[in-house]
Amino acid sequence: MKFYLEVWRQKGPESGGKLEHYEANNIPAEASFLEMLDIVNEDLTAKGIEPIQFDSDCREGICGNCSLTINGVPHGPGRGTTCQLYMRKFRDGQIITIEPFRADSFPVERDLVVNREAYDRIMQAGGFISERAGSAPDANSVPIPKVVADVAMDAAACIGCGACAAACPNGSAMLFVSAKVTHLGLLPQGKPENDRRVLSMVRQMDKEGFGNCSNYYACEAVCPAGIPASFIAGMNRAYSFASIKESVGIPL
Amino acid sequence: MISAPSKTRRGPHPILLWLLSSIGKKTIVALTGICLVLFVTGHLLGNFTIYLGPDWLNAYALHLQSLGPILWVIRLGLLAVVGAHILFTMLLWKENQAARPKKYIASDPIQTTVFARTMRLSGLCVLAFIVFHLAHFTLQIVDPSFKHLETTLDGHQVHDVYRMVVLGFSNLPVSLIYIGGLFLLTLHLSHGIGSLFQTLGFTNRTTRPLIELATKAYAWLLFLGYISIPVSVLTGLVK
Repeated sequence: MKFYLEVWRQKGPESGGKLEHYEANNIPAEASFLEMLDIVNEDLTAKGIEPIQFDSDCREGICGNCSLTINGVPHGPGRGTTCQLYMRKFRDGQIITIEPFRADSFPVERDLVVNREAYDRIMQAGGFISERAGSAPDANSVPIPKVVADVAMDAAACIGCGACAAACPNGSAMLFVSAKVTHLGLLPQGKPENDRRVLSMVRQMDKEGFGNCSNYYACEAVCPAGIPASFIAGMNRAYSFASIKESVGIPL
Repeated sequence: MISAPSKTRRGPHPILLWLLSSIGKKTIVALTGICLVLFVTGHLLGNFTIYLGPDWLNAYALHLQSLGPILWVIRLGLLAVVGAHILFTMLLWKENQAARPKKYIASDPIQTTVFARTMRLSGLCVLAFIVFHLAHFTLQIVDPSFKHLETTLDGHQVHDVYRMVVLGFSNLPVSLIYIGGLFLLTLHLSHGIGSLFQTLGFTNRTTRPLIELATKAYAWLLFLGYISIPVSVLTGLVK
């Protein structure tokens, strides 16, 4: 297959960038999107052109490292990570525009590589449980209803790829934060710190400069882990209740 | 341990922190939105007295006027609610612009509806429409002759609101302004009402589609209710 690529090229975080035109020739239909870029890069290297820089790691859809916006959609068409997107999804001879994830809190490092440490700092603010270290407890010693475990598991599917903030016209990270708050907050191990967690994580999210949710639900549409936007509703509720508790002096 | 915000922090009061947070500001917009939806609903129910005849509408208008100071409390309260609704929306918008300064070149609106993306525009148009509406029927400066319309109700001389409405809507351009303004209000509400349930945290995976459908239907029901009055006047059903 043959594709006409419009790729965002940017030398460094401070320099401006622009779209460059490349041709991708002899691409097998079964190549993944990243493999297509590998082939293009080999071609560019042979021609003495600097290869296109992009992030990738596991290439099996679980790490959330690949962060490309393809034709205006983070991770491209189809709901999954970029590495799980195959070239047969595109028409032969199609023009494909590839840009980095766009959000002020995800500064572009180079070409298609963005810095997503803002998500790490939100996790450090409260995306964990303060569990005692030591041997694992006996199985089933902490009973958790199946329905609760299922919802917590759905929320835990979030891989923190950043597509939600990249898809959001407001650059909002609320889908990500709500997934973490929901996942940890539903389980007995995470419950004691629920109020502290939601306060700390939302405040860190605001501090990082992410935007505010306008209920567009673009995040939900691109999320490779299928996190539902209704988790944001739960986070809103939890944050307001925790704020009320904090302001009237109830220990958190 | 996740650090306890209340113990370690020496800064603004927690309520202020909440108010200035992303979720706090959204909540204010949602709460003021509820007040305005309730007002719009109550206003429509009051307007429906026009179908019961001139005496009903005139008596209803007289009753509202006779509230005196309470009427001013309601008016100023509404003004404050509208002001807060707009102010907090603008604060959120400013942050949203800063959070996403660079747009995608290959722009493809994902999932969002045109109603959701035009909330600020539809809101400002509705604001202009409200100003026109107040100038037209409340301050009566669009057509000053409205001030001199009088009728008798239970032996008293009262302002003939019924005649004013019929005369007002008999003017086709004016009626079209009303229908247009109400259409934009409906666009605003068809995203807004459902959105406030989400912002206040009343939704979950099962209820969100139902709430969105119900609130959209409600917004269009309000539209039909409101435009029924100018349409009835124009078609001669109410005269």
